[in-house]
Amino acid sequence: MSLDPATTRRIARLARIGLDDQETETVRTQLGGILGWIEILNEVDVEGVPPMVGTSMNTALTRRPDAVTDGNCQEKVLSNAPDRAGPFFTVPKVVE
Amino acid sequence: MLTDLTIAQAAAGLRKRDFSATELTKAHISAIGQLNGRLNAYITVTADQAETAATRADKTLAAGDAPTLTGIPLGIKDLFCTNGVRTTAGSRILSNFVPPYESTVTANLLKNGAVFLGKTNLDEFAMGSANLTSAFGEVENPWHRSSDSTALVPGGSSGGSAAAVAAHIAMGATGTDTGGSIRQPAAYCGIVGLKPTYGRCSRWGTIAFASSLDQAGPMTRTVEDAAIMLQAMAGHDPKDSTSASIAVPDYRAATTRSLKGLRVGIPAEYRPDGMSEELLAVWQKGIDMLREAGCEIVDVSLPHTKYGLATYYIIAPAECSSNLARYDGIRFGVRAEGATSLDDLYEKSRHNGFGEEVRRRILVGTYVLSAGYYDAYYLKAQKVRTLIQRDFATAFEKVDVLLTPTAPTAAFGHNEKPDDPVQMYLNDIFTVPASMAGQPAMSVPVALDSRGLPLGLQLIGRHFDEETLIAAGAALEKSAAFSARPDLRAGAAA
Repeated sequence: MSLDPATTRRIARLARIGLDDQETETVRTQLGGILGWIEILNEVDVEGVPPMVGTSMNTALTRRPDAVTDGNCQEKVLSNAPDRAGPFFTVPKVVE
Repeated sequence: MLTDLTIAQAAAGLRKRDFSATELTKAHISAIGQLNGRLNAYITVTADQAETAATRADKTLAAGDAPTLTGIPLGIKDLFCTNGVRTTAGSRILSNFVPPYESTVTANLLKNGAVFLGKTNLDEFAMGSANLTSAFGEVENPWHRSSDSTALVPGGSSGGSAAAVAAHIAMGATGTDTGGSIRQPAAYCGIVGLKPTYGRCSRWGTIAFASSLDQAGPMTRTVEDAAIMLQAMAGHDPKDSTSASIAVPDYRAATTRSLKGLRVGIPAEYRPDGMSEELLAVWQKGIDMLREAGCEIVDVSLPHTKYGLATYYIIAPAECSSNLARYDGIRFGVRAEGATSLDDLYEKSRHNGFGEEVRRRILVGTYVLSAGYYDAYYLKAQKVRTLIQRDFATAFEKVDVLLTPTAPTAAFGHNEKPDDPVQMYLNDIFTVPASMAGQPAMSVPVALDSRGLPLGLQLIGRHFDEETLIAAGAALEKSAAFSARPDLRAGAAA
């Protein structure tokens, strides 16, 4: 299994991880190795086998009453903000 | 020495007024001061908070009727959010993160009176098997080969917790286990590590790696101590929808349970080609010990074992790529400087903030979930996961518990790490299948190898039957009489 550079760049872009050309090449080779190793699963016959979602141990998810149980903690929510303006998180300008 | 006591012994000593909680905590803080510079087991030491908590514990003890862990000093893996105490997940991207809330597991321990010594080192976001991926440096295993002083890895991802407990600079520690991250470091450091059933401990407030696999558990020097800690950590939590609404039994009582008639399964597939004779001999020794304790030994088969790791390395990265999408430099964590646009900010912050292994797993996960590959990889892996779980269900129709080795080797050197990531992943070959199926499992130290390093055996149980693990683990512990201690530990000449 080998990945081409364009696919590697597309994956990095989807994951929002900036990679330079050399890193892209290293990742391309390593991902190829990992994906090649994973191909062992092609040996397994999964015809008619349902996918396991979660760990299938909770037979039914329970519901809680539709009531407010938390809130009024704006300062806590903002306490780790790398940059803030009053009660807002800031981001670089997105509209010209 | 106070640092040599087990949790059970210390709890008894505190109640008899042999020593105070303050003395116990100070002894540990002082030992951390002497050893942590070399071991790097703690990322953050909270000495002042620990002494304040110890003072409070002494008052509670004086008043009588104190909960079990009152005044017991513990290490907390730096993946559990602790209110007002920096929580890094071993990552640069969270190097400045101070949670304004407490995880359920640590809140349960605090409610039980425990004293937190600090936050222990780990592989970045719990992704690794040697504690080599932490942004806060490598941890040194307190054990060394009898022949030389080569620095060895403590295993991972809960490597700091394992090293701290083994070196007597914590009486016990919390770990988390996604594919073996409690059991494998416990084996490498010669201590007990218990991964409970998925759903036994709440995941709320524990930084997520792979949500369908992550489970918190205790790391201690004895099986009884693991039972005591798990008792305090476990229980249903409405804040985690996957936490099980099942009563928590008396785990400590299970340590003295008779094993007469218990059926122990020995899975044929845990004997891959090239396994060392030494490890096979230790496994056989464990089988003999359980037989002598009254167990019936039964050969079983878990036919999909060989597909466990490949399945894991699809499912876990897929979940990690989704869970780690939140670290983008906007609301918390480290934001990269000099970004020219929002996308640039994301890409720079995530590139600079994550280490190589975390980036690699996010990228694998993104790939297997991306359009056109989802069915071939992710859906296929989920189906194989069903088959792995069925293997265990079938085996547990015939037996009550399984006995296997915990890891394929003893601890290796920092400079003996394989370059190929796939070779590194093979460390988890015996621990991953139980994680995939949600089974509880425990590693118990049983013997030293010919180079003087500890080897552990793993017990795997039925869902929500940690008691049988504890009963069988206590029996193994008793007959193995593993009393060796590492050369680097509190009170020993370093």
